[in-house]
Amino acid sequence: MTFKTIAIALAVGSLAGGAALVASYGSSAADKSGIPYRDGEYETVEAPEGSPLSELISGYYFRTPETRELQDDDFMNPAFIWMEQGAELWSTVEGEAGESCASCHEDVEASMKGVGASYPKYHEASGKLINLEQRINLCRTESMQAEPWKWESDELLGMTAYVRHQSKGMPVNVSIEGPAAPFFEKGKDFYYQRRGQLDMACATCHEVNYGMYIRADLLSQGQSNGFPTYRLKWQKLGSLHRRFRGCNRQVRAVPYANGSDEYVNLELYLAWRGQGLPVETPAVRQ
Amino acid sequence: MAKKHKPRVKAPKTASPGEVMEIKTLISHEMESGQRKDRKTGELIPRQIINRFECKYNGETVFSADMHPAISANPYMAFYVKAGESGELEFLWHDDNGDVYSHSQKLEVA
Ligand code: HEC
Ligand code: HEC
Repeated sequence: MTFKTIAIALAVGSLAGGAALVASYGSSAADKSGIPYRDGEYETVEAPEGSPLSELISGYYFRTPETRELQDDDFMNPAFIWMEQGAELWSTVEGEAGESCASCHEDVEASMKGVGASYPKYHEASGKLINLEQRINLCRTESMQAEPWKWESDELLGMTAYVRHQSKGMPVNVSIEGPAAPFFEKGKDFYYQRRGQLDMACATCHEVNYGMYIRADLLSQGQSNGFPTYRLKWQKLGSLHRRFRGCNRQVRAVPYANGSDEYVNLELYLAWRGQGLPVETPAVRQ
Repeated sequence: MAKKHKPRVKAPKTASPGEVMEIKTLISHEMESGQRKDRKTGELIPRQIINRFECKYNGETVFSADMHPAISANPYMAFYVKAGESGELEFLWHDDNGDVYSHSQKLEVA
């Protein structure tokens, strides 16, 4: 396989170890890379009104055949280990109230269909925006009178994936209006804020330079439709906030805490940037 | 994980004589390579991997694999077995610590 590379000098050029972005172009149709985005064989979704993106593309189409194969086969996809645990927990009684998720929500396929596609959501009682992990933990503490699950624990990841999987194939559909609007605006500000020693915003990589290589990684639009995601690098399932922390760290910025208001607001804004993309949970990424 | 080392097996329950069956297996396991250091103490984290996988068909080993460090967590294994007589398929994962995780299921050949 041969392809030309073009180095693009970025504002970070002189920093030692700074990120260099490299574009690559496949040379002929017969010489395919196996990566759908590069081969021009990917699906797109129309961007929502006001979106800075001309079309929406799932991160799936930026990955190698090997990685996509793992996601395509529910058996090979290691995330299903956690999903099975989520399924067991769904009908496990815990807490003072003597209830399980199933006691109130009964059949998961019926009660949770579409739910995961609509989070984060404004929560009236607290006057805050909450994401799916937080919604699940609210049910644990308030409805079940059980301990909340720790962030990034196998239990919380498994249940979040299990609930969101009930929306698989359905379009991401978050509300950014009414009471959610101020949170959305904060998330948007975060997205465009340059940060860290490398002075880069999310947009620097995922809006302006998707389709380019950054070291060995082909940059995608940084969409959230596959989370929680099994990442080969992590060798386990991980939350979207874990990914945010990684993306903050790689520009040498101090990451925020998992479950922080900053990240939940960002999560809403990011979900809207992928409004209409099919939910893939649990996706597999490199 | 709360449920450590949980095997998953995808193998047919019925087959015709002589049929070549695809069998897929996966087990949750960290596959600690023995080469990583504990971030806080700087000490090497002891190796703990599944070092051998076996599939037995009516007690006879029909497929086995020795595994080494650098095999990823949650190892996936797919292979083919030819259907003979009805009976039992047994799957065994041998852990460095001496534990053996197993799963068995019936196979009907007709
Ligand atoms: C005692 C009853 C009860 C139990 C037990 C319970 N929930 Fe809930 N759950 C509710 C109620 C009531 C709501 C709706 C709250 C609202 O609309 O503000 C809800 C809402 C939810 C939602 C959001 C639904 C939506 O449309 O936005 C999710 C997700 C959820 N629960 C998951 C769980 C999980 C997972 C468990 C088990 C760990 C669980 N619940 C246990 C009563 C319960
Ligand atoms: C220095 C470049 C860079 C910056 C800045 C950056 N990321 Fe990323 N991000 C990456 C790389 C590389 C990956 C892995 C390849 C890919 O999917 O783009 C990634 C992946 C992601 C993914 C996973 C995509 C998927 O399909 O699973 C999300 C979500 C994400 N980033 C969000 C963000 C957010 C939000 C910000 C801002 C806080 C951000 N990123 C900032 C480089 C960056």
